Amino acid sequence: MRKKINRLPLYALLAALALLFCALVSVAFLPFAATDSGFAMPTAVSVVCGVVAVVAVVPLLIALVLRLREARTVLAVIFGLGITLLLLDFTGTVRLWTGWMARIQLLPAVLALSWAVVVPIVLTLVYGRIYCSVICPLGVMQDVIARIGRIGKRRPYNYSGEKRWLRIGVLVLFLILLIGGVGTAATLIAPYSAFGRIAQNLLQPLWIMGNNALASLASGMDSYAFYHTDLWMRSLPTFIIAAVTFLVIAVLAWRGGRTWCNTICPVGTVLGFLSRFSWLKIHFDAAACRNCSKCTRHCKAACIDFKTHTVDYSRCVACGDCLSQCEFDALSYGHVSLKKNLRPRPTSPEAPQGPAADDPKAAGASAPTVAPAVAAAPVDTGRRGFLMAAAMVASTAAMAQKDKKVDGGLAAIEQKQPHRRHTPLTPPGSWSADHFAQHCTACQLCVAECPNGVLRPSEHLDTLMQPTMSYERGFCRPECTRCSSVCPTGAIRPITPADKSSTQIGHAVWMMMNCVVVADNTSCGNCARHCPSGAIEMMPLHPDDPDSLKVPAVNEARCIGCGACEYVCPARPFSAIYVEGHEVHKSI
Amino acid sequence: MTKNINRRSFLKTVTAGTVATAAASLTGCKNKGSNPAADDYEHLTEPQKGRMTYRINPTTHDRVSLLGYGMMRLPVEGGGSGRDSDAPLDQKMINKLVAYAYDHGVNYYDTSPAYCKGESEKATGTALRPFPRKSYFIATKLSNFSEETWSREASIEMYHNSFHQLGTDYIDYYLLHGVGMGGFEQFQKRYIDNGMIDYLAGERRAGRIRNLGFSFHGDYKAFQWLMDHHEQYHWDFCQIELNYLDWDYANEINDFNTDARVLYGELEKRGIPAVVMEPLLGGRLANVPQYIVSRLKQREPERTVASWAFRYAGTPKGVLTVLSGMTYMEHLKDNLVNYCPLTPLKPEEEKFLYTIAREIFDLKTIPCNDCKYCMPCPWGVNIPAIFVHYNKCINEGTLPHKAESESYARYRREYLIGLDRVVPRERQPDHCIGCNHCVPHCPQNIQIPQEMERLSHFIDSLKRGEIV
Repeated sequence: MRKKINRLPLYALLAALALLFCALVSVAFLPFAATDSGFAMPTAVSVVCGVVAVVAVVPLLIALVLRLREARTVLAVIFGLGITLLLLDFTGTVRLWTGWMARIQLLPAVLALSWAVVVPIVLTLVYGRIYCSVICPLGVMQDVIARIGRIGKRRPYNYSGEKRWLRIGVLVLFLILLIGGVGTAATLIAPYSAFGRIAQNLLQPLWIMGNNALASLASGMDSYAFYHTDLWMRSLPTFIIAAVTFLVIAVLAWRGGRTWCNTICPVGTVLGFLSRFSWLKIHFDAAACRNCSKCTRHCKAACIDFKTHTVDYSRCVACGDCLSQCEFDALSYGHVSLKKNLRPRPTSPEAPQGPAADDPKAAGASAPTVAPAVAAAPVDTGRRGFLMAAAMVASTAAMAQKDKKVDGGLAAIEQKQPHRRHTPLTPPGSWSADHFAQHCTACQLCVAECPNGVLRPSEHLDTLMQPTMSYERGFCRPECTRCSSVCPTGAIRPITPADKSSTQIGHAVWMMMNCVVVADNTSCGNCARHCPSGAIEMMPLHPDDPDSLKVPAVNEARCIGCGACEYVCPARPFSAIYVEGHEVHKSI
Repeated sequence: MTKNINRRSFLKTVTAGTVATAAASLTGCKNKGSNPAADDYEHLTEPQKGRMTYRINPTTHDRVSLLGYGMMRLPVEGGGSGRDSDAPLDQKMINKLVAYAYDHGVNYYDTSPAYCKGESEKATGTALRPFPRKSYFIATKLSNFSEETWSREASIEMYHNSFHQLGTDYIDYYLLHGVGMGGFEQFQKRYIDNGMIDYLAGERRAGRIRNLGFSFHGDYKAFQWLMDHHEQYHWDFCQIELNYLDWDYANEINDFNTDARVLYGELEKRGIPAVVMEPLLGGRLANVPQYIVSRLKQREPERTVASWAFRYAGTPKGVLTVLSGMTYMEHLKDNLVNYCPLTPLKPEEEKFLYTIAREIFDLKTIPCNDCKYCMPCPWGVNIPAIFVHYNKCINEGTLPHKAESESYARYRREYLIGLDRVVPRERQPDHCIGCNHCVPHCPQNIQIPQEMERLSHFIDSLKRGEIV
């Protein structure tokens, strides 16, 4: 079975080392980030992560002497896990390690106008669509599903022609929607954000359940390694969309591998244009080929036609499965001239001669481009807000007895309901509702990250699935900037706590009818006590009676819209003071 | 344990020559009879029957056990004290505890219509039913705290209901409940303006109340008024908070409170027997930092930390009985051990306890005894749980306060996670609106809204990761 050593692994190794370098850079930043957050990450976790990072080198070295397929698999596992964990984690830890993985996703990088966009482009121009096999989490997910569907079964793939007009049609439609401002519809098929929604909606609940089970255990052992966090349905429509997306893509992957990527996915189509001209490609040695069809039967992209000895490079995702299947060394991965590539002749003896001297250049091109992205991700000056949602008190009962007669017991607490805001709130750093709507791909990373239960997917049709804010479970703590530190699309621009404290995203509105001071004739003032910007002052309810109960007076000019008042307001289910959003954020 | 083994080994060595220690202890374990040490020590863990110390009530000549059973912290089903959860009272366990206490000589049972969410009187009556009515004393109270019950009619109804709940036709000790809580005016409204004080004096003449007294918390003016009217009402007893911390520091801890030394002095002057409540300050005198534990244990290595507080409270001759709200059998047993019989403290030991009191005072814990009188907070705040968590961190020395210290990050995490574990977010201090409903109910006169605001700021600064 030992096959000839081709040059492939060398390239893979260089790519791997470049990526690993990025990972290590982010690791190097971790101690600072953790200390800065004032909230040291549990030592055990950092040790485990460090060990994993180091251990990851070993499989890569093994991959060096093996093949493209192994190298690709290892990298895909690293990226797949990295991004999935990023979307599962609610503690703000993982973003310090793998936050950069989200930033090199093509569509987010384009939307963010980030130089990170060169990573997928350069990678594709050099290696083909390896991006789709390694970096795109939706691609990795499909590979996993397709693999599971074929465990112990003979379910060969088959070559099929390119549905070019479908691909281009979808892409054009996608671009029109995106540019035309109907980003919500477009993001339905954006691969990274589709995966984000799947992970956040379908996987994070399981992750949190597991965490909460561990938290109960830890609590019993007087340990603080895990803490309980709230599990709640943030938005049913988004959940349903995520579930349907998953089902559709899972069925397609189960049946036909990369069908989605090669017919619908706009990123796949764009990279497909580039990969035709990539430097390294799979190619046939027609002389060696015995037409056994094994390569075609194992090509999940359905792009190898063994009969004509052709590979549709616009659809090949450089997974290397065919290479490891070919028993006659008829397939190799290397440089082919464009001409030969387009018209492969059975007689041409293609020796894959990737000039070694060029390799460092290629790898070097990707390494420095990635590194700054990494640097940008973990250096987050924001403190990690501390999240520990309390056990939910399911209750619909009205406020318990105000006039206590016996000792003990707890008054029932009615669950707060979100206000219907005329202008929805967008997180600080998003600049304006328009900027936010145009850039956000609704990947739910910020929603997964938000430690205060503030962010949740919008249910408005024109901003569907894009995050919006509400303050029933917590408020947008001025020192927390986690959403802005993870957003890969630039919809939420990085913001410092200082800037955040002076950014007005909305203003508080008082509703006299709901206020307990008026309704229950009790003194309160909780909103004023908790306002971080001193925008609320208590004034007598009756101007001519200075001794009358005091009600809040909001100074809209000083209000930043953080929602502390709304959160602590005792009126239930609707707070008597709530925040109306601003379409354009202002600095005050 | 080590001590026992050594002793056993020693005995074995004496009788059988050189024997391996392990073997010796093994044999020792098998043969209980040959372990004199265990017998010697049994009285330290197992109270002895028939050895209870009794005090005589000067007016009715009741022979009252020095340990009185406070029916305020009764166990609930599923464990824990009645005020921790919504679970119903564990009547089976209550019966067991009361029967055990009764068998060991406890004959004073103190309840109230307010205790345990209003379930205590009924549970007390049920638990005492198997025993002859003359063989024990029931104390209950006119707990007309709610404004709705300030009227004469409502108060009398509450009084009559106690008979019904307890299943008795007379009450041995009846108290005006929490005199001074909520200030002098409230005292007037609850007992004087509605004529209840005279009504109850009449009930005593009619024999339905055998002893009339009051429990005091808070405004000294109310205490003074009752003392001034002693000639008129002849208080048979008075219930006060007495322990080695409150003796001299009650007033220093809280301006609203009066040192036990003063209160006890006033009672002694008039020959009124004192019923002691909060001998342990709701467990705060048993839950002290390790260095204080060590100091206490150095003096009495074989006694529990709590035993000091009980011996202290039982020592003054004018004390009729010492009430303890015992939730668990081990509490009951330990308290019984201390009073079966009482070994009074020597003056020098009392002095030692006052130095301990100084150290506890210096801790600046919030003087919450977890009595839950403040509950339920109408806005859902879990007041005692918040205070208990704060005090626990002080006692354990894990309160995060110095940002420069290495342990700050860890303590901060533990404080916040720990708080979330015991108190759901929507019941935490930031949800206190300062309505002041709770303040008149606090027997310790803690200014709860102010403390809540302080803790809210403290927690918020922890969340921001700031120096506190």
